Amino acid sequence: MGYDLKMRVWRGDENGGELVDFTVPVEEGEVVLDAIHRLQATQAGDLAVRWNCKAGKCGSCSAEINGRPRLMCMTRLSVFDPAETVTVTPVRTFPVIRDLVTDVSFNYEKAKQVPAFSPPADLKPGEYRMAQVDVERSQEFRKCIECFLCQNVCHVIRDHDENKPAFAGPRFFIRYAELDMHPLDTVDRKDMLREEQGLGFCNITKCCTEVCPEHIKITDNAIIPMKERVVDVKFDPWTKFTRRRKSPEQPRTPANPSTGEVDHAQGA
Amino acid sequence: MSEIERHSYDVVVIGAGGAGLRAAIGAHEAGARTAVVCKSLLGKAHTVMAEGGIAAAMGNVWAEDNWQVHFRDTMRGGKMLNHWRMAQLHAQEAPDRVWELESWGALFDRTKEGKISQRDFGGHRYARLAHVGDRTGLEMIRTLQQRAVAIGIDVFMECTITELFKDGDRISGAFGYWRESGRFIAFEAPAVILATGGIGKSFKVTSNSWEYTGDGHALAMEAGAPLVNMEFVQFHPTGMVWPPSVRGILVTESVRGDGGVLRNSEGKRFMFDYIPEFFKAETADTEEEADRWYDDHVNNRRPPELLPRDEVARAINSEVKAGRGTPHGGVYLDIASRRSAEFIQKRLPSMYHQFKELADVDITKEPMEIGPTCHYVMGGVEVDPDTQMSKVPGLYAAGEVAGGMHGANRLGGNSLGDLLVFGKRAGEDAAAYAARVVSSRPKIADESVTAAEKSALAPFEREGGENPYTVQRDLQETMHNLVGIIRTADEVTQALSRIEEFKGRVANLSVEGHRQYNPGWHLSIDLKNMLLVSECIARAALDRKESRGGHTRDDYPATDPSWGKVNVLCRLNDARTGVEVFHQDLPEMPDDLKQLFDDGGH
Repeated sequence: MGYDLKMRVWRGDENGGELVDFTVPVEEGEVVLDAIHRLQATQAGDLAVRWNCKAGKCGSCSAEINGRPRLMCMTRLSVFDPAETVTVTPVRTFPVIRDLVTDVSFNYEKAKQVPAFSPPADLKPGEYRMAQVDVERSQEFRKCIECFLCQNVCHVIRDHDENKPAFAGPRFFIRYAELDMHPLDTVDRKDMLREEQGLGFCNITKCCTEVCPEHIKITDNAIIPMKERVVDVKFDPWTKFTRRRKSPEQPRTPANPSTGEVDHAQGA
Repeated sequence: MSEIERHSYDVVVIGAGGAGLRAAIGAHEAGARTAVVCKSLLGKAHTVMAEGGIAAAMGNVWAEDNWQVHFRDTMRGGKMLNHWRMAQLHAQEAPDRVWELESWGALFDRTKEGKISQRDFGGHRYARLAHVGDRTGLEMIRTLQQRAVAIGIDVFMECTITELFKDGDRISGAFGYWRESGRFIAFEAPAVILATGGIGKSFKVTSNSWEYTGDGHALAMEAGAPLVNMEFVQFHPTGMVWPPSVRGILVTESVRGDGGVLRNSEGKRFMFDYIPEFFKAETADTEEEADRWYDDHVNNRRPPELLPRDEVARAINSEVKAGRGTPHGGVYLDIASRRSAEFIQKRLPSMYHQFKELADVDITKEPMEIGPTCHYVMGGVEVDPDTQMSKVPGLYAAGEVAGGMHGANRLGGNSLGDLLVFGKRAGEDAAAYAARVVSSRPKIADESVTAAEKSALAPFEREGGENPYTVQRDLQETMHNLVGIIRTADEVTQALSRIEEFKGRVANLSVEGHRQYNPGWHLSIDLKNMLLVSECIARAALDRKESRGGHTRDDYPATDPSWGKVNVLCRLNDARTGVEVFHQDLPEMPDDLKQLFDDGGH
């Protein structure tokens, strides 16, 4: 059942590096991370790689496998032909520290900028009442394991470092959406999302949604509705005049998926 | 003395899982300058793997539930060896800790009335676990992480603590290295909270991540704080068994709580054959009664699949040994034949995903193959139940690294509550302690820093020594084979003699490469901790000559009431070359709590 897997693994640091060839024995049912661990244990003890749970729950082992951004622990070797060479490189959008480990501090900086959940001041812990149907939209976004693969593939920052200061990225767009859709949150972050976090940069190519290992519909369920809400607040004088600190939840008309255009006549 | 990066805080928390983050929030809100130091990135700690839920007697589903019932379940689950005061505080305070998470943004699943929904779990009389599908740990860690960030707590990510400093008998700080650069860092702090989790990486088959190398257990021992109950290691009954690369990965108890049953290769629900005397009165003895229980907890008794984890793990072990196991050496966990595909996908989304992607098994259509996996250590640092301070002034422990709360066996769902309740208590008391010693802050001696540096760098100095990965694998094999789920004096004695050999091997490791993000070097340092806790487990296991909870002796199969009054503790011997055990009487439960038990708490 087992066979010798040919691998090419990027090794290096901030000053540069190269793909290094390895041949490593692998067994039936194994994933790419198993092969990397076997390399560490037998051929390259100092091969740098992040991992924790090895079950797709912590989002630590993101890398690009044959050019495709994936979690190493959830990529089974059976998806490759045994004769195929499996190439593993670090995620490209963030600076390399060493080998497969990159500096993802960008994401932790963006996290600091998110205004926290703010419940109504007079609501005591234990008194919260929310219907399941009302929490489900935000729950979808809270499935995020922070693997940052969506950040990695986002065109706005993948090849444009200069956009990073003004762009939170898909991971944080779902965080803003989660808070905006939380039935009991009282803070309006929409102006901030437009003006400081760069929601407008997103041109809805859905690359983030495609790579999400949690299958969160980032574009359809978070980014597009947030673009809609931001636009409503910005351009509709009546909405701007009457809106409370937080508008009540209402179903919105989704954007036309083929064009990404939003129907402004609906909503508010 | 070399110039290394230094920081000064009132409270330094080691570990950023549920306990560490809750402790840091508690310390910060009590006014202490607080830092969190963690081996991984923030939000990746092992808490993220917790699936089922947080046990808290909120009474949202069954109004009959209250803290006394939860306390009783916890003590009985722990075979009465728990520190009664910890079990009491936990049962009393868990609901407030859950509601607090909600006020920080956690979104639990709801009841029809819009309250937090609660699910059934092994050993809990009522549906009691607050949950979010089967990803409750993720919800908890994200909530705490976001809270810690929002209030501006300093976090030192990918930074490993290797030693604690003392000034006289008091804690004075901690020493470690940045994983990224390999450079050293020292923290001056009168209060240090260990929140480092468990020890699972000492075993071959485990649900635990690479971080679980017993760092806090070992740091405490080195600092002079004894460990209690180290013989009690929980093997979770349901880990994946196939394919080999996922062996040990957890399958949540919620599968059974939500209706899943265990069957052997003959299709039999074998748990009915393994109901111990201790739980007979409250366990269903027919499939019909067991099946009625899901809808009517009051008039029916619990299914035997929901006995505490130690009972279920031993039963599975026996079935496999008797030749009634699955092709890959487990038993079947079947929910497909009992619940609709829609129900399963809604209640157990990440289990569905995990089996589909890693094992090509659709759990809505076919049973899972599962078997026991090393999951949790009940033993840990002996702490004061109210403050979580260890025997060393200024040194605290909270969460899995602390001992006492769970006795001989932990109930599912009681870990997440433990992290919150005792994390908060530790953080608040550490802040108060730091304030008390503000005029006489303990100091770090320069020689200690130099010695810590030298010790950490030693594996680079040695040429031709052994590869740390090989030693780790051999240690895991030894613990798995000789100090695993079923133990005998002969095997544990063998393990101890191998542990002596490992000491020589660990002292002679070599690593390749340089200090920057070098996993081989990191492992060589972690291995010392793994070895020390392995010795604790083996010595305590040899000492306790009975079977109870997470400690099963084939040569002493009965539970012995005289051992029910004794705690086994571990400390370093005088020469600091190994571990010695000693005994302490169990603290006496007050009469009002004793009355909660049919037999008066004996």
